[in-house]
Amino acid sequence: MAIRLSELPFGHEAAVNTVEDALPADPVAVRLRDLGFVAGERVRIVARGPIGADPLLVQIGFTRFALRRSEAARVVVEPLAS
Amino acid sequence: MSTAALSNLRVALVGNPNCGKTALFNLLTGSRQKVANYAGVTVERKEGRFVTASGRQVSVLDLPGAYSLHAASPDEAITRDICMGQFAGEPRPDLLVAVVDATNLRLHLHFVLELQRLGLPMVLALNMVDAAARRGIRVDREKLEQALGVPIVETVAVKRNGAAQLLSRLDGELPPPSRGPAPGADLHQEVNRLLREAVSVPRRTAAIDDALDRWLLHPVWGLVTLAVVMFLMFQAVFSWAEPLMELIESSVGALGAWVGATLPEGLLNSLLVDGIIAGAGSVLVFLPQILFLFFFILLLEESGYLPRAAFLLDKMMVGAGLTGRSFIPLLSSFACAVPGIMATRTIQDPRDRLTTILVAPLMTCSARLPVYTLLIGAFIPDQTVLGIFNLQGVTLFVLYVAGILSALAVAWVMKLLRRDTTEHSLLLELPSYRIPHLRDVALGLAERARIFLARVGGIILALTVLIWFLSSFPSPPEGATGPAIEYSFAGRIGEILQTVFAPIGFNWQISIALVPGMAAREVAVGALATVYALSAEDEETASTLLTPLIAAQWPLATAFSLLAWFIFAPQCLSTLAVIRRETGSWKVVALAAGYLFGLAYLASFITYHVTRMLT
Repeated sequence: MAIRLSELPFGHEAAVNTVEDALPADPVAVRLRDLGFVAGERVRIVARGPIGADPLLVQIGFTRFALRRSEAARVVVEPLAS
Repeated sequence: MSTAALSNLRVALVGNPNCGKTALFNLLTGSRQKVANYAGVTVERKEGRFVTASGRQVSVLDLPGAYSLHAASPDEAITRDICMGQFAGEPRPDLLVAVVDATNLRLHLHFVLELQRLGLPMVLALNMVDAAARRGIRVDREKLEQALGVPIVETVAVKRNGAAQLLSRLDGELPPPSRGPAPGADLHQEVNRLLREAVSVPRRTAAIDDALDRWLLHPVWGLVTLAVVMFLMFQAVFSWAEPLMELIESSVGALGAWVGATLPEGLLNSLLVDGIIAGAGSVLVFLPQILFLFFFILLLEESGYLPRAAFLLDKMMVGAGLTGRSFIPLLSSFACAVPGIMATRTIQDPRDRLTTILVAPLMTCSARLPVYTLLIGAFIPDQTVLGIFNLQGVTLFVLYVAGILSALAVAWVMKLLRRDTTEHSLLLELPSYRIPHLRDVALGLAERARIFLARVGGIILALTVLIWFLSSFPSPPEGATGPAIEYSFAGRIGEILQTVFAPIGFNWQISIALVPGMAAREVAVGALATVYALSAEDEETASTLLTPLIAAQWPLATAFSLLAWFIFAPQCLSTLAVIRRETGSWKVVALAAGYLFGLAYLASFITYHVTRMLT
């Protein structure tokens, strides 16, 4: 069942489905795709900000990106059985 | 390729942020670098030169780090435009050296493929191969070279001979223009193909990064660590620099005394001793503190800790109308607002960028330290509180906090006034931790020292001499009884200004010093020294330090009022000039200067009257 990356439980692995544009030609979505958020890539939440668990630290490939919840919500993921 | 072009090669280093590009640039060019004034790290144009073994002149341009040619910030746009040969006044490079971190190939190869499509000759520098080997990442250089169709050299930017392969490659025949994947090909699939063919990876992240991040990004311990790091930094700046400052102070004093005794009495003697030596010396003395501050900022930056701090503070800063990315420009502004404001180019969102620029002057820059140090030294007792803290250090810390809190408040008010609810973005990479490398820190420090001293030698010295002139002429009339300066131009200007500043407790000496202090804050101290040295009755008093003098002459309320003034007042023409340059708008400059002077007057007024009521 596909969920948003912002809803993925801490430490749980998931595979990226797609990145949705929040508005037409969404620059944030374009950048996310350039950074490797494309179908099939494995992602995991490895840390959360101290206030309101925002931003999220997302591990993708060899890299860690800090994404605000609104940014992470653009990424649709498929949680993997652990 | 003609022989002329080959004997004079223009190379551009290009790569993702955090690929070790600047370290590689430092290794290649050493101290033979030309950096525009006030460069933030990889924000400003950095060019260096070296000569290869066969005598080829190579000029290297260190382009700002970029994730993609789909530029998302002004510095990424610069990188894109130069690579495409579309940047005015900047010829297209003959050769691109694409730098990738061997431990982060999945991300970095994507940009390499984009660059390949530009059709320039290219060499790939596989950087940090030592770190990759330690983590068990194996890259088959030959296979990757074949699959990419680009010559690959291995580099270790932090080792003395780490660029040997790259150097010999730059000495030989240029590779043919590289050809990227077919138009329309999916670059991510290409990257995956390359990784499958040539790279084997045992584990995704370094265990040490995981362990450090668990602690340093912890919701509680992470914030505690950040607070401790910041506090230690400021304690150290104030206490460690002390012996060096005393050394400079006594050397300058000795030089002044020697010159004063050697030259015949008269105008030249007064100009040299009271104007130039005293003025430059009172600014030079703060070089140790500025270097300590920059040393810490560089260490935090090189180690990879700064983006972690941005991560921890993002939510808080968003609440105040800023962004986690503002943290780095604002932290740099503690050293100097000019590089801080220039570093705001890494903030993609124009609204966040404008807010950061407007509040950056509120960060306590190193130029305020001379003023703070003077006033704290004169009015705050040097005693220990709570067993370990120095009361003077604590006062300085409070002044820093006051600057930070007012910046947050101003940003918050701007957010309210904007009534703009559309989204701002963060998207920040947290790189692997690294042990800071001595050469990179040393080069960074040398650059800062040079910029600071250039300011002392230039604007500040000129203004110190100007104020000496204003306070020496015209000479007092025959039979005058008061100090000579009362009859000078400076005395008259001070009297006029004093009517404006009297309600906030400034005397005429302060009022005079604030005029040249408009050029740069630290000049105010030099100016005060000049004003007091000249108004003193005899040579002996003139050579006494300013500190005991003002401690005896100024009421406490005046000292506190002046401290409050300097938290806010935009007494720095360079800052206003860089705001104009970075925003292209005089309106923003007027807004910044207007609100800062307004707040300064208000804060001083309140401080002065509250202190008078309490003392």
